Amino acid sequence: MTKPSFQLNRRAVIKGMSAGAAMPFVLSPSSRALGSGAKHGGTLTTVAWPGTTFMNSAITTSGPEAFLSPKMFDGLLGYDFGMQGKPALATSWNISEDGLRVTFNLRPNVKWHDGQPFTARDVAFTFMEVIKVHHGRGRTLFADLLDVETPDDLTAVFVLKRPAPAMMKALDGRESPILPSHLYAGTDIMENPHNIDPVGTGAFKFVSHERGVSVVMERNPDYWDGDRPYLDRIIVQYISDASTRTAMLEAGQADVVFLNFLPALDMLRIAEKSEFEIDLKGYETSVSQQQMDFNLERPVLQDVRVRQAIAHAIDRAWIVKNVWHGFGEPGATPLHHEQVSFYNTDGVPGYEFDPSKSEALLDEAGHKRGANGVRFELTIDPTPYGNESVIAAEYMREQMRQIGIDLKIRTQDFAVFIKRVWSDRDFDLALYTAAMGADPTIGVQRFYWSKNFKPGVAFSNGSSYSNPEVDALLEASQVELDLATRQQQFHEFQKIAMTELPTLPIVSTTRATIAHRKVKDHTVDALGSLGNLAHCWIDESA
Amino acid sequence: MSDLKTAAATPDRNAAPGLRFLLGPLPRYVLRRLSQAFLVMLLVVVGSFVLVKMAPGDMVDVLAGNADMTAEQMAALRARYGLDQPTWVQLLRYMYSLATLDFGYSPLNAAPVLDIILARWPVTALLVVSSVLISMTVGTIMGVVAARNAGNPVDLSISLLMLFFYATPTFIVAIGFILIFSVFLGMMPIAGFSTVGADYTGLRYVWDVITHLTMPVLALCTFFTAIYGRIGRAAMLEVLTLDYVRTARAKGLSERRVIYVHALRNAMLPLVTMAGLQVSSLVGGAVLIETIFGLPGMGRTAFDAVFERDTNLLLGVVFVSSLSVVVVNFVIDMLYMALDPRVELA
Repeated sequence: MTKPSFQLNRRAVIKGMSAGAAMPFVLSPSSRALGSGAKHGGTLTTVAWPGTTFMNSAITTSGPEAFLSPKMFDGLLGYDFGMQGKPALATSWNISEDGLRVTFNLRPNVKWHDGQPFTARDVAFTFMEVIKVHHGRGRTLFADLLDVETPDDLTAVFVLKRPAPAMMKALDGRESPILPSHLYAGTDIMENPHNIDPVGTGAFKFVSHERGVSVVMERNPDYWDGDRPYLDRIIVQYISDASTRTAMLEAGQADVVFLNFLPALDMLRIAEKSEFEIDLKGYETSVSQQQMDFNLERPVLQDVRVRQAIAHAIDRAWIVKNVWHGFGEPGATPLHHEQVSFYNTDGVPGYEFDPSKSEALLDEAGHKRGANGVRFELTIDPTPYGNESVIAAEYMREQMRQIGIDLKIRTQDFAVFIKRVWSDRDFDLALYTAAMGADPTIGVQRFYWSKNFKPGVAFSNGSSYSNPEVDALLEASQVELDLATRQQQFHEFQKIAMTELPTLPIVSTTRATIAHRKVKDHTVDALGSLGNLAHCWIDESA
Repeated sequence: MSDLKTAAATPDRNAAPGLRFLLGPLPRYVLRRLSQAFLVMLLVVVGSFVLVKMAPGDMVDVLAGNADMTAEQMAALRARYGLDQPTWVQLLRYMYSLATLDFGYSPLNAAPVLDIILARWPVTALLVVSSVLISMTVGTIMGVVAARNAGNPVDLSISLLMLFFYATPTFIVAIGFILIFSVFLGMMPIAGFSTVGADYTGLRYVWDVITHLTMPVLALCTFFTAIYGRIGRAAMLEVLTLDYVRTARAKGLSERRVIYVHALRNAMLPLVTMAGLQVSSLVGGAVLIETIFGLPGMGRTAFDAVFERDTNLLLGVVFVSSLSVVVVNFVIDMLYMALDPRVELA
């Protein structure tokens, strides 16, 4: 089978972008029908940055581990497009009426890479001793997990204090990889040597790791998924310079680049060549949004009219087009537009671009222009992670000048930025891009929940927003099993958050994979490159 | 120089020959250089430590920024790595472990600092040594040829070429190489020290490393080749006017012998000085080239360590780099003496 390549036409792209719409190239679902012609063999080389510390993502939520872990470790579930659960280490599962017991039937005859059998004990150990204790999100996500019962070797029962719908979207090999209890039990988990010399059940086995340089993995011939994986080897090379990564793809020294590791303009340029294809799918579990926190401890920002005035003065479509080069959509709610089950803009204030409204709101709030035309001063701290926030901040400075706000840009390195915003709280506006999670409870709640105002914790509630109504909605949605009710709760939350605007969503970013045409089926479900790449194969004839 | 002469003049005539040597000029000189080096390195380590501690944010802030962490996890990490202690306590602890040759642990790399440095030092050493040798040889030859042809078209074209090398930024040369030889011609590997996952051995491995280092080494060479060329030309022109060269010619020696044996030896002195500077600037200073070509060298390691607030790793790299510079300077001073017997220990 062949996928239609997006023979990207720059004019088409620019046309699409000027309309403020999404990128004009999206694979049609039918073109993703899998399988036929898949061949064994070959090495897939990809480039990424930064290098990894560990080899599993059960003990960290850091990016490099999130990419590597699902190749070598399995989760209980996988996810089809739309975050529909599908079997992985669990072949079937069911949730009790009251939502307090989730029973997983485990796959028989699965072996660890060292030959030991995989059993329910591994599942119980991983969740109770590793993820609940050491995983940054797992600590909160599995807080209500009281116990994992193991009535037999192939059954694991999650016993919950309260229902946990979001948890069901966090059971894949990236978010919750299952570790071997026979190698971890009774050890200091963080210091366990297998964190850097991994033994998993995954499609690929660990071969070697040269720190900051490369990771090599090879095919696991005993993998449980039929004749998969197809690739003999996966090589990840860590290259810090983005233009070097681009050159490697162009020169054929890398086959595919996931996760936007190429600059947007390079991707658009390369995609015009017929031998390369861009794929925007496969990032549902790692959607991210560029957003701006208003520090509500600053008196001038406590007035909602000031925050709304700032929102009206920023043309978010302009930022999508000129800063993100079309890889994204204007932020409209705290949720990312790819969180399709819950994203809803009906009746949510939109803050269309209209500086005259900004001026009116600021006048009304009593901030008249002074003799020099300035109403007041603010400082913005853009994150230095990627250059998009710095460029967007420069754009905002001009926009703010037009409505009489003297905006100063303060740049610093990442460590200083984190400390300033979340520890010292010495900022007015903080502009950054953050992951929104596979479920809003996982990724979005943390920015708006008053109980997550925790100075010292990076990417917590940075605005210090506190609204009992929002707290109640967020807490109710954590335990709501009925999808329609949960959607209702998140809809209400989106309305309030966008009215009160403690945080201004700027751009819902779109992630992209760019691959040589010979690389087939790298993205077959919601996990995409953050899955196990077991379906991926190399078509030497392409 | 005066203290050296008196030292040489008053060895204890009754001492045993071995002891006489130990009191002689060379060991004394080495001893003094060593104590100077010790002071320099102490200053370098304390200075870097203070600088990196003055920057706001610590390693745990960086870790927490990249991976969600609770306040308790962060506090536990700070306690584990001693970051909760006052700065001066951390410094004393570090100095103590350094004194026992323990470079500490790099949590971000999940590895001892010494292991990381041992893996990366050879990359930088190869890069530096080969680019110094190549640029010095090529630069010197061009300088000599230019000097012998002073004023004629050969000199002019060499000087123009030198100017071009001198004026083109290293990273432009590097990117140009990549575009021409890798992207368009598909001849050269772009990144890394060797082919990942190839597991070559023996001569095949050597060849693999050579192909990987060719572009970065040549990119590092251009600027310094120009410097050697210009200095070499000026030094040669000056030396050629000296009396002893006229004497050599008067003896009827061949022009080749006059130039390459008599004149060049003297003209080498400023070039050797330059080599010392080049080594010092490249050890840990080749960040740009290491970044562009994805080479895991010392400069790149230090650069990343600063942004990750990885104090142990940064100080380890700084320590080893400054040690290398001290050693190279010592060797250069020894070379002076070999080249020109009139240069004495001082």
